[in-house]
Amino acid sequence: MPNLNVNGRNMSVEAAPDTPLLWAIREQLQMTGTKFGCGAGLCGACTVHVNGEAVRSCQTSLSDVAGKKITTIEGLSAKGDHPLQKAWIAEQVPQCGYCQSGQIMQAASLLAKNSNPTKEEVVAHMDGNLCRCMTYSRIQKAIMRAASEMRTASNAGTERRAT
Amino acid sequence: MNTHVNITNNGTDREPADLSRRSFLVGSAAAGLALGYSAVPGLLGADQAFAAAGNFDPSVWYSIAPDGIVTVTCGKADMGQHIASTMAQIVCEELGANWKDMRVQLASNDPKFNDPVLGAQLTGGSWSTLMNFEAMSRAGAAGRMALTEAAAAAMGVPAGELVVRDSAISHPKSKKSMTFADVVKSGKATKTFTPDELKAIKLKTPDQYTMIGVSVPQLDIPSKTNGTAKYGIDVMLPGMVHGAVVTPPVRYGATVKSVDDSAAKKVPGFIKAVTLDDKTGTTTGWVVAVANTYANARKAAGALNISYDNGPNAKLSSESLLNEARRLQALDDSGLFFVKDGDTAAAFGTAAKVMEAEYTTNINLHAPLEPMNATAHLQGDIWHIYSGNQFATRSGAIAAGAAGVDPKFVVMHQLWLGGGFGRRLDADMMVPAVQAAKAVGKPVKVIYSRESDMTMDFSRPLTFQKVKAGLDGDGKLIALNHDVVSAWPTQRWGIPDFLSPSVDKKGALDAFTVNGADFFYSVPNHNVRAILNEMAQNATPSGQLRSVAPGWTFWAVESMIDELAHAAGKDPAQYRIDMLDGKGANAGGAQRLRNTLLAAMGMAGYGTKQLPKGEGMGVACVSSQERATASWTACVAHVAVAPSGEVKVKKLTVATDVGTQVHPDNIRAQVEGAALWGLSLAMYEKATLKDGGIEQTNFDTYTPLRMSQVPEVAVSVIANGENATGVGEPAVTVIAPAIGNAIFNASGARVRSLPITAETVKAAMKA
Repeated sequence: MPNLNVNGRNMSVEAAPDTPLLWAIREQLQMTGTKFGCGAGLCGACTVHVNGEAVRSCQTSLSDVAGKKITTIEGLSAKGDHPLQKAWIAEQVPQCGYCQSGQIMQAASLLAKNSNPTKEEVVAHMDGNLCRCMTYSRIQKAIMRAASEMRTASNAGTERRAT
Repeated sequence: MNTHVNITNNGTDREPADLSRRSFLVGSAAAGLALGYSAVPGLLGADQAFAAAGNFDPSVWYSIAPDGIVTVTCGKADMGQHIASTMAQIVCEELGANWKDMRVQLASNDPKFNDPVLGAQLTGGSWSTLMNFEAMSRAGAAGRMALTEAAAAAMGVPAGELVVRDSAISHPKSKKSMTFADVVKSGKATKTFTPDELKAIKLKTPDQYTMIGVSVPQLDIPSKTNGTAKYGIDVMLPGMVHGAVVTPPVRYGATVKSVDDSAAKKVPGFIKAVTLDDKTGTTTGWVVAVANTYANARKAAGALNISYDNGPNAKLSSESLLNEARRLQALDDSGLFFVKDGDTAAAFGTAAKVMEAEYTTNINLHAPLEPMNATAHLQGDIWHIYSGNQFATRSGAIAAGAAGVDPKFVVMHQLWLGGGFGRRLDADMMVPAVQAAKAVGKPVKVIYSRESDMTMDFSRPLTFQKVKAGLDGDGKLIALNHDVVSAWPTQRWGIPDFLSPSVDKKGALDAFTVNGADFFYSVPNHNVRAILNEMAQNATPSGQLRSVAPGWTFWAVESMIDELAHAAGKDPAQYRIDMLDGKGANAGGAQRLRNTLLAAMGMAGYGTKQLPKGEGMGVACVSSQERATASWTACVAHVAVAPSGEVKVKKLTVATDVGTQVHPDNIRAQVEGAALWGLSLAMYEKATLKDGGIEQTNFDTYTPLRMSQVPEVAVSVIANGENATGVGEPAVTVIAPAIGNAIFNASGARVRSLPITAETVKAAMKA
């Protein structure tokens, strides 16, 4: 019975080691924010973080993630207030919303490493995530807004430490 | 004119929504969910439900709780157009509530939540705002009046002196005030309204609006940023097991000869392989592998060894369907007339120049990102179905047909739709869920694999159109014959009200294959024939894909008009403007379309910018979706064409006249999304039929637009105070012809087939 560390909690799931992480998260752990889109790593709807890296959970088996830290949309922030989540609301990004958990998780892995991305870097990082409603321009705007907020917060933190 | 659309100047000629006094009773917000669907009996009762459209049941559109929270029940499917929030906004305007007090919930299929104009629960056609604006407005106003009357009595002041704002009722003279919550708690708000009283309510005029026209935060968006929004696929019921569908190699017509589940039995958790017995004819040759988890169901599905009789369509391909379309078009007696104005044959005889062209579109797939799914649970006599669906009235009837019960025993539970685009008007997913649940005696959630979702789509049909045009000596268009050959998606529903009599009363045609061909240009002699391609209808049961007929009719019309303008030596935009003279039945609409075209031209710098060699701008303008429900939309596309034929769309400038803007930001989002859909269909999406099956199975071979392919999109929305019209679809239809026309202006290559590829552009350059 594999053990998973999901959103900071250790959980055991009743599933074979070759079970895709996606289905263990959705069905065994009943965390349905992570979505099934294609089952082939082509759309990005199932994106989660494994040790901070964005991965497609439909292409990741439980045995691949033993001992690793998994983060889902439910665990991205304590109160749904990650800068990206706030930016997604400010820019009114979602239409149907189905791909947006994956979009946010994919974007979060970019901003964790680069809080000042160029438009080209954003597009290159996000191009594997399909949005069938075509909210792409708002996704870009929201990522830029969140990046800006993260830089401001980070600068403020630096200044506070300096004084 | 389509018979189901019956709109007066006020948006509806039916009785407006009644407000039950129950809506003010404490704790009544969840009314309706425990009730069965009480439509007329019959295997497929949907047609009869439509017949009763005039009988408008008293309905509960919203409820105010003692804490002042206003919960609006939305009878429309919300697939990302934020229609639930829009309904709440319209109620809120007249009710006088504070937006922070508004909530939404999604309706069951109880007929009391039927659309007041359509008389059913159906979401499509970009109709929802247009058809529900008045009913929601009157419901909101009635609530305000009832609350005001109760507050006046409680305060001991005349109701006429009270001011309602931000969920509070105040009396400026005495400075007394009560909140909505205070009034509801008092239990004194009991006034009810007869239909006549409701009709007599004087609604606000646009200059009095404080909510309509404001981009309030959409109520569903926060839940779509933190994983809490529930879609059909997220439904979890106690004791539920899981089903994976196994679909045959051909799209339609297969039968299962045998199922060998010996390998599947070795999959842990495997319960049963259920071969569907679908008396509704929605599916053919499907099997469901049921297991304790979906992962195991998928494994078991893969392990089933099924042999099929592939049926009568097993040899058909896209080429066969196109050849059949050409054959049918060439026959004089094919099809039915949708438009028959003047005498085209005589006019062609006098024409100085006659031109012909053929336009085609390939099969297209909806591919919403949430694969099709449904959960079925039999509780006592009642089938509870959980699935995000656009047509609860018909889908409930199909579920009943699959279960072998009367439709009144089916309750449809609505959820957020992970994309609809017309795909969820269909009910195929109900069949495996119901029959698997029946077979195993437990609730079953069935989820399609992406592969089944794509190959079993009710696709946009392959279309073939032939246009013949006659010009007089001045280059003026005097005669147009337009034949449209396709499968007939809406005829497949089997609901007579959705078919239209041909203009010569010789039969009923599917207007949803020809809408748009009845354009607003003044052409004295004009025929449009709708021709059913039976072969395609059987082999590729088609559906309504975002924008439906105008997605192909305007591809032909707006490309041909451009070809004619060039042949006449006139600027294609000016040529259109000259024909939008507003004569006769085109009065009003033609001028609005002309103005919209001018707006797009102005924004794009059409005719004023010097473009480099290999670049060009092209225009198109459309009256999608239907003449009676049109949003006036124009596009200027700016493209660069490489010598290789490679097309880069640099900018799309879209102007649209929507009459009244309920939510400006949402309209921009919808129009931009629709425009990019148009681009995706024009350039990137193509499905093909081979050996009776759809060849594309996932997003590696069926390839909707990705972020790196998004051009600059400029949107201008015109709101001139006319009735609010739809925005989800019309902009889809204007893009392909604008791009095709731009390609011609950039390179001299005329493309007549969608999607546009570098190869076809290059070949057309040489020609």
